[in-house]
Amino acid sequence: MAKDSKLILDPLADNNPITIQVLGICSALAITAQLKASIVMTISVLFVMGIGNVVMSLIRNIIPSKIRIIVQLTVVAALVIIVDQVLKAFSYQLSKELGAFIGLIITNCIIMGRFEAFALGNGPWRSFLDGIGNALGYGVILIIVGFFRELLGSGTLLGYQILGDPIAKTGLYSLGYENNGFMLLAPMALIVVGIIIWVQRANNPALIEEN
Amino acid sequence: MEHIELFFKSIFIDNMVFATFLGMCSYLAVSKKVSTAVGLGAAVIFVLAITVPLNWLLDQYILQEGALAWLGSEYADYDLSFLSFIMFIATIATMVQLVEIVVEKFSPSLYNSLGIFLPLIAVNCAILGGSLFMQSRQIETIGLAFNYGVSSGIGWFLAILAIAAIREKIRYSNVPAPLRGLGITFIITGLMAIGFMSFGGMLTGGSDASEKEDDTLQVQVIEDLERKEAKQQLAKNTTKVIK
Repeated sequence: MAKDSKLILDPLADNNPITIQVLGICSALAITAQLKASIVMTISVLFVMGIGNVVMSLIRNIIPSKIRIIVQLTVVAALVIIVDQVLKAFSYQLSKELGAFIGLIITNCIIMGRFEAFALGNGPWRSFLDGIGNALGYGVILIIVGFFRELLGSGTLLGYQILGDPIAKTGLYSLGYENNGFMLLAPMALIVVGIIIWVQRANNPALIEEN
Repeated sequence: MEHIELFFKSIFIDNMVFATFLGMCSYLAVSKKVSTAVGLGAAVIFVLAITVPLNWLLDQYILQEGALAWLGSEYADYDLSFLSFIMFIATIATMVQLVEIVVEKFSPSLYNSLGIFLPLIAVNCAILGGSLFMQSRQIETIGLAFNYGVSSGIGWFLAILAIAAIREKIRYSNVPAPLRGLGITFIITGLMAIGFMSFGGMLTGGSDASEKEDDTLQVQVIEDLERKEAKQQLAKNTTKVIK
């Protein structure tokens, strides 16, 4: 049981898919200008990884290893189509905003990486836990980045104005505070993730890389 | 003219790595040495140049709404676009396998330099992203689709070449310990992306880009006006309160 909980807890910190394993960076950076998009992306990846890992683990003994990449891609693509259609049906605006990036979950290396590294060698229950754990680890970083970028970039969280109204100059804005629109642009996502990595490794020197 | 514009736009302005973060995983993982980075970059250009036009054909003649009209009028209202993910990824995976076999047969030297990277490419988001953006940007002709594939490949190639060269040099610098390796690479990429943003004004002479800029300018003007009005109202209110 202790081992099972490790499967979920490890990827949240010391074996985080984004900051340590370097998997799934593309989508982590592109859609984090808003917290809402980050949360939806996390849920989508959670769904795809949880189910995908179980499916791969169930069929791991019957697929020839030569064609396993194509099989993996097909499994993921089918799951991503489900996510995409659900989003289109229930939240069309958001699915327009996320655009091609929902499709790019297919080639999100975090999914293929965990298939290869874990689901092909372990039973369904453990694979499920591993999938959930890694998707959560991925989501934690996404939500942290989305939180800071939306708060500092547009002064809102989930669309609600937290710091006051920039036009009527209430709240923090009455003191002369201005939104830093630069946070919404692509390069700041990279720098925010860089800083998260910095903080994480400063707290845990065992993770520091050789130069 | 359209071709030249698309070419420069996809290399510099919409650069895959710096503007849309496509292919970041292999960009970070394979950029430790310039020679391997060149190999992977070349393979990406090659595969994009093949898969983007191919997926363009699939999109035009099978997937789009009404694309099946060539089969007969009873098929004209089918909309298969929900299948595009699975079709695109299947094309990419099979094309990569096919290219690998063909290159191995006809050019062993090219195979030796590209060989190990080809299977990696099937799961590189830059390749699928190229096809998906081709679809969402509604590229009109197959020539433009080919152009888009090649030029965004070149953009990716430039990016990985630059970061690999910087990482080779940075080995001799004294980076703070927790930032070493991954952290500093992220921050350098961020700074490079800021640099690439300056290319944004490159095509303002063209029709498309200038229109976009006009739009943002107008929005700014409107916002400024709104602010001014709000300020005036605030001033009025405060004078009222004082009175």
